[in-house]
Amino acid sequence: MTTATKGMPAEGTATDLPRLLPASQQPEDWYAHTARFGRIPFRDGAGRLIPDVRHAGLTGRGGAAFPVHRKLSAVLEAATSRRRTAVVIANGAESEPASDKDATLLWLAPHLVLDGLQLAAEAVGAEQAILYTHVDRAKDVGRRLQHALDERRAAGVDRVPVQLALAPPRFLSGQETALISHLAGGAAIPTFVPPRVTERGLDNAPTLVQNVETLAHVALIARRGPRWFRQAGTRAEPGSMLCTIRRADGTPRITEVPLGMPLRDLLGPLAPESAVLVGGYHGTWIPAAAAARLTLDNESLETAGARVGAGILLTLPPEHCGLAETARTVRYLALESAGQCGPCLNGLPRMAAALAELAGGRPRRQARADVERWAGLVAGRGACHHPDGTARFVRSALLTFAGELDRHERGRCSGTSRRPFLPIPSGQARTEEDWT
Amino acid sequence: MSEKLLVNPIECQGHGACAELLPEMITLDEWGYPIVDGRPIPPALDRDARAAISACPTLALRLLRS
Repeated sequence: MTTATKGMPAEGTATDLPRLLPASQQPEDWYAHTARFGRIPFRDGAGRLIPDVRHAGLTGRGGAAFPVHRKLSAVLEAATSRRRTAVVIANGAESEPASDKDATLLWLAPHLVLDGLQLAAEAVGAEQAILYTHVDRAKDVGRRLQHALDERRAAGVDRVPVQLALAPPRFLSGQETALISHLAGGAAIPTFVPPRVTERGLDNAPTLVQNVETLAHVALIARRGPRWFRQAGTRAEPGSMLCTIRRADGTPRITEVPLGMPLRDLLGPLAPESAVLVGGYHGTWIPAAAAARLTLDNESLETAGARVGAGILLTLPPEHCGLAETARTVRYLALESAGQCGPCLNGLPRMAAALAELAGGRPRRQARADVERWAGLVAGRGACHHPDGTARFVRSALLTFAGELDRHERGRCSGTSRRPFLPIPSGQARTEEDWT
Repeated sequence: MSEKLLVNPIECQGHGACAELLPEMITLDEWGYPIVDGRPIPPALDRDARAAISACPTLALRLLRS
């Protein structure tokens, strides 16, 4: 794969992909892992790895794309100034139903993530590390990780003990403050920021929360250096990332690609009337024609109001109605609201109901205006970004499926398949216990 | 140094006292929850802002110093 794209040229060509996942696609045990990567390159001192991470330009791969070196520095500084030992958490909750890249990485290359966790712990001077992951995946990731931790204990390689924690299967359970609330013994629901978790997180200790893929990149940067890392990707957004790609046949495919890769190379031929969902259920619908001109980096995607996020790309086949899919998904998102903040509690179910009306036959004209108004009203007004992300998803649907909205107002629908396309977990939260 | 209003949306129960005491900076949405002007509080409204903060029954409104 090459990184030749329009706009920013890559610093080099990424001929060494995949970097994270084993080419064999077979799960790697400790022996296979050390054969591929060698031992953990500890730096024997807090802070020493941070310049390499900064020069690499690594950003968080969980969705927010925050510079990793800044988070590392913030936690180290907070730990030093408060004389309080930091805690490091690897976030593999991946609660977005359309994503499967973290589970795949943990399944195939758990030791790379655990190496990164050790290195991140060393970088911020932590003495405790936690690996947080989902319970109910098709693959038994939890058991596999426990086995990997046992292998490392037997080999005596880890310097910081790692505890395995399981996330409840809820959309918000991977949200940073929700995760900390859960690990502290509470419900996996968001709390109000400030204080930032880098300052006061788990048990009030300075806390580093990094996505598991981010940590795997850290483990490689520590071995091969920042210049190597920048050989893939664009100048502004270096490196590679894991993506979950669902083409029209619906089967998810996990692939590691350089940032800056053209979407049309990732998604294959796109029917002009179809649409692409970039970034999952807090992401953005883009008409296929527009998507075909974009590349997989924030610089390009932001021109279409989208972001790379956690690398979820999904092509909606033309026989599915985008409004019906959006309405069904927003209903799920409304049910997944923690219900703590007034605008989210009130706005999301109303948006879901009005979208269901728009997705049906002959909606009231008022329904469209209602959805637009509520999307504006909820954005930016929650303790977490759930209302913002939902509003982004909804607004992009109204724009991308504007023609379909007109058809529905005339009592028609271009969708011929009633089979749901966007993946949504079957079980919904009904009681407080579902959050813990 | 300037001061801004910050509402904790988890604590806020939509009593609406803040909007009554500081209508220049706080309005209520259609469900009764405050929409807060995020700009620095002008000196002329300083007293009213403090009154709005003390009137909140759930202590959801506070000042953010920057």
